[in-house]
This record gives sequence, C-alpha cells and structure tokens, in this order.
Amino acid sequence: MPLLYPLVLSAVLFGIGLYGVLARRNAVLMLLGVELMLNAVNLNLVAFDAWFADQLHTGQVLTLFTITLAAAEIGLGLAIVLALFRALRTVDVDQVGVDR
Amino acid sequence: MSATELVFLLFAALAVGSALLSMTARQLVHSALWLVVTLGAVAGCFVLMTAEFVAWVQVLVYVGSVVVLVIFALMLTRQQSSVSAEVTGNRWTAAVIGLVAAVGLGATVVSGFGGERIEGRRIGTVKSIGEALFNDWVLPFEILSGVLLAALVGAIVISRSGTER
Repeated sequence: MPLLYPLVLSAVLFGIGLYGVLARRNAVLMLLGVELMLNAVNLNLVAFDAWFADQLHTGQVLTLFTITLAAAEIGLGLAIVLALFRALRTVDVDQVGVDR
Repeated sequence: MSATELVFLLFAALAVGSALLSMTARQLVHSALWLVVTLGAVAGCFVLMTAEFVAWVQVLVYVGSVVVLVIFALMLTRQQSSVSAEVTGNRWTAAVIGLVAAVGLGATVVSGFGGERIEGRRIGTVKSIGEALFNDWVLPFEILSGVLLAALVGAIVISRSGTER
C-alpha cells in the first residue's frame, strides 16, 4: 500500500477536526473536533510505524499512549464543560466570557 | 491495485464523509453518532496497516467509552432554549483555516513521501505490541498510569466543586 494513502487521509481528517473546533458553538462538540484531530495524528503514527517496520514498535506504542491521553483529556474536558454549564447555564462558547 | 488498497480507500472515504457529517450535523447527538462511524473506519484502516491491537484498543476506548461519555455530556448540558444556529458566525473563516491546514499538510507529505510504500513486514499483534510495551516502554507506561490517576482525581474535583456551595 502506498504510504501516501494514510498520510493524506490523516491530513484531511485533521483539517475537518480543525474546522469543527473553530466553527462549533457547543463546547462538547468542540471537544469532539479535538478527538478527531488526535485520531488523525494516530493514523500518522501507525502509518510511519508500518513503513519503518520498527523493531521497538515505537509508532504503535505511542499510538496507545495517545489514545490513553485522549481519554484522559476528554474526561477532564467534559468535567470542565459540566462545571461551566452549572455555573452559567450554557455551553455556548460564544456567550461565555463576553456578557458575564 | 490490490484488494487491501481498495478496502483502505473505501474506509478512507467512509471516514472522511462521516467526519464531515459529524462536524456539520445540526442535531448534536447525530454529530456524536457520526463520529462513531469515523472512528470505526479509522480502526479499519489500522487493521489494514498491520496494527490490529491498536485497532481493537481504538474500538474499545474511543467507540466504547469516549463517545458514550460525550453523549452523556450532551444529555446533561441540554439547554432549555434551543440554540438557533449550531455554528459560529466565523464558520467560513474556520472552513478556510481547516482547508489550508489540510492542503498544507497534504502537500508536505506528498512532496516528502511520494513514492514510499508500506510493506507490512512486522504485524502489530497483541503479542508483539505487549512485548514492546513491557520490555522497552515500561517507564512511560507507568508514568501514563499516574497521568490517568491525576486526570481521574481532577475530573472528580472539578465536577464536585460546584455542588457544595
């Protein structure tokens, strides 16, 4: 398989995730965009691991670490969003920090 | 073109299409459910790139827990007055930035790795990844457990702090 397939797919997914983070008003969906970007990075790591045929499986082990960190990140992020919702009764990022 | 490449392209098209739907869907829950399709398609790509253990972890952690967590958060933060527009006013700026990022990254990898091919000589089975993880990567693995514990405690502290007042 050409190395370019996963790399280009990863670039496209990263762009879509970036759009989601910047354009979504709901804070939960912003976090979804971050998850998509992290997944694009994972695709890159796995592709380069398979390309190098690395003796230590560096890329795949790092992918496992990234997945774990992404799970920790989404847990903390959603806790912050819930605290925000309890304080301000909104998760609209346009209304937070402007009129209060 | 081999069968592997064909299936990979199918998974890639599925991932890109569902990611676009996930980031533009009007219904919030639809957005999370389309992300399940995207993550599942990426897991399929992992299998085709000889990383089967990573693919199963992706299905377990992302599809199994992260999306469930997101749907819980969407339920808990449901607003009484429904938001009129789900996207901000600067959505076109965001679209341009996303497009520039994708095209820039794509052009970089095309010029850098144009003719390279993945041979798939070392399969990432549970056995080989486990050996790599516990022979060579033990210290980062243990540090990661500390990070997870800190995130767990932090999430509990943050979500409890508002209720006592």
